[in-house]
Amino acid sequence: MTDTLTPVLTDNWDAERAWTLAAYEERGGYAALDKAFAMTPDDVIDAVKESGLRGRGGAGFPTGMKWGFIPQDNPKPKYLVVNADESEPGTCKDIPLMMASPHTLVEGVILSSYAIRAHTAFIYVRGEVLHVIRRLQRAVQEAYLAGHLGTNIHGSGYDLDLIVHAGAGAYICGEETALLEGLEGRRGQPRLRPPFPAVAGLYASPTVINNVESIASVPSIIANGPSWFAQMGTEKSQGFGIFSLSGHVANPGQYEAPLGITLRQLIDLAGGMREGHELKFWTPGGSSTPLLTPEHLDVPLDFESVGAAGSMLGTRALQLFDETTCVVRAVLRWTEFYKHESCGKCTPCREGTWWLTQTLARLEKGQGSESDLDLLLDQCDNILGRSFCALGDGATSPISSSIQHFRDEYLAHLTHGGCPFDPVASTAFAPAGATA
Amino acid sequence: MTLEQKTWDELREIAARYPEPRSGLLPMLHLVQSVEGRVTPEGIEACAEVLGISAAEVNGVATFYTMYKRKPVGDYHVGVCTNTLCAVMGGDLIFERLKEHLDVGNDETTEDGTITLEHLECNAACDYAPVMMVNWEFMDNQTPESAVQVVDDLRAGTEVHSTRGPRICTWREAERVLAGFPDDRADEGPTAGPASLAGLRIARENGWTAPSDAPAGTPAEKGESK
Repeated sequence: MTDTLTPVLTDNWDAERAWTLAAYEERGGYAALDKAFAMTPDDVIDAVKESGLRGRGGAGFPTGMKWGFIPQDNPKPKYLVVNADESEPGTCKDIPLMMASPHTLVEGVILSSYAIRAHTAFIYVRGEVLHVIRRLQRAVQEAYLAGHLGTNIHGSGYDLDLIVHAGAGAYICGEETALLEGLEGRRGQPRLRPPFPAVAGLYASPTVINNVESIASVPSIIANGPSWFAQMGTEKSQGFGIFSLSGHVANPGQYEAPLGITLRQLIDLAGGMREGHELKFWTPGGSSTPLLTPEHLDVPLDFESVGAAGSMLGTRALQLFDETTCVVRAVLRWTEFYKHESCGKCTPCREGTWWLTQTLARLEKGQGSESDLDLLLDQCDNILGRSFCALGDGATSPISSSIQHFRDEYLAHLTHGGCPFDPVASTAFAPAGATA
Repeated sequence: MTLEQKTWDELREIAARYPEPRSGLLPMLHLVQSVEGRVTPEGIEACAEVLGISAAEVNGVATFYTMYKRKPVGDYHVGVCTNTLCAVMGGDLIFERLKEHLDVGNDETTEDGTITLEHLECNAACDYAPVMMVNWEFMDNQTPESAVQVVDDLRAGTEVHSTRGPRICTWREAERVLAGFPDDRADEGPTAGPASLAGLRIARENGWTAPSDAPAGTPAEKGESK
């Protein structure tokens, strides 16, 4: 039986100057490199496959399998690109990881690049996090000076260059092919697949794109072995993950636990909901994952169980809202976000997110009619599965799930002639005892 | 205004970092902003010339990404997150208060040229909501009053620190770091803020850790070992 919380990636976050090479090496950092260099690259891929590690950026695709798709007989250079464009509303795990322990990510990059036989790797980090970028730049610089990057790493004969690349503000660049466009100096619009990046990615060369947390998990897998990793979590969702609690909970923050922990357990650990209030709705993995309610408190937070409950595990971005929050206001704001971030490439998303916003805004003001709910669902139906990438699909999630769970609250806006909630009551600085 | 030789050299230096020079365009535009205070026509032309592409292509990129500004930005770019979670937790009220206090609208700069105010989408610090960014440094757990204090201090020239450590530099200095020219200030500030440590603190109190070893048995039997 594993412990309730299992700090691995977060384990050094309370250490003094954990971001420095000295602090990281003192805890055994970069030792996994020698272990990996004694293995063949294929053996490293097999170890990651065997661990059961699935992508931590939301989709949950098996990481080792993704690496195995790289055609090694392709004469072009292979590339590893780390997706550090953390922007999904609610998601806030990669940023503190890179701020506290950038070397964990750098070591993971070296191991993963070695496995896929890449000699150039990139960290595409969103531009809006200055201090995180400083620490990444420093970590890469230190790793070069210590011989963990560059030529003939640790005397292995393996060479790797790592480039920290700052983005410039575009949620869509979290989509892997849009990210590649950004990294090639173009507008961040998604590419048609196939070909998949594993075959024709960066510079039309075989490319692996992985989330920060996925890559940062690799050093522990190599150091401790795949079965060490796989003993945590559930049968099909193995290992640990960082669960990010935000919103109306007593102690929001990062909680690293085996996959399969429940929200009830996490809220208990976080000291309960804020005093005098109760949970109304929540997202399991960011705003693109359908809303859940208190009836889902005991759903194991693993890929399969959350899927069976009608949502998605996503990035484990648990945004918790209590009874002071107007669900229509919340959903309208998310919808405005998707409208703002739609890249404009495909019609269902570009036009659809505008229609959704207009219809929702009217309802929120207490205008319109009950038939607008059907109109919204019809609009969602014309976007979901018809847009070019997952952004359009994600835009429909909060709408269709909120109508499913909170239809009456939409109608209350019509009978009340506007929003029946006091927006002050939901704030973090509301007077104690404030109610909606 | 023409760009100095140093800027031309640095634009070429950025392009040379990548296997294909055009990959340098995003950081090159950050460099243009650090020098010019915005993306200027001269900056666009310079990027196009260095990369051997048309100014229209550079323009297409510069207009796609929200961090690139066509109007001059103040010394301090103040961003208030008004995505759902921060908005609900108070971001909407903070943004309203700042608009009123600074007498500017969204994406506008105060008359004295010190502050540019903008509302932001999620900046990946939801456990510190409501969040404000100053020159892309975190100002966590804000209230309307604390936010007003921050902008007043910035305008008065008082040294302001991010709630997670580093001293706030100017927007142009920040843009230079984003262009890939480090300012050697990585050591400022703590390892992590308090919310980042919430789970770790509980694990420490309870003596909870990840397993120290692999379970007995071969990896093939891992299913039984849970």
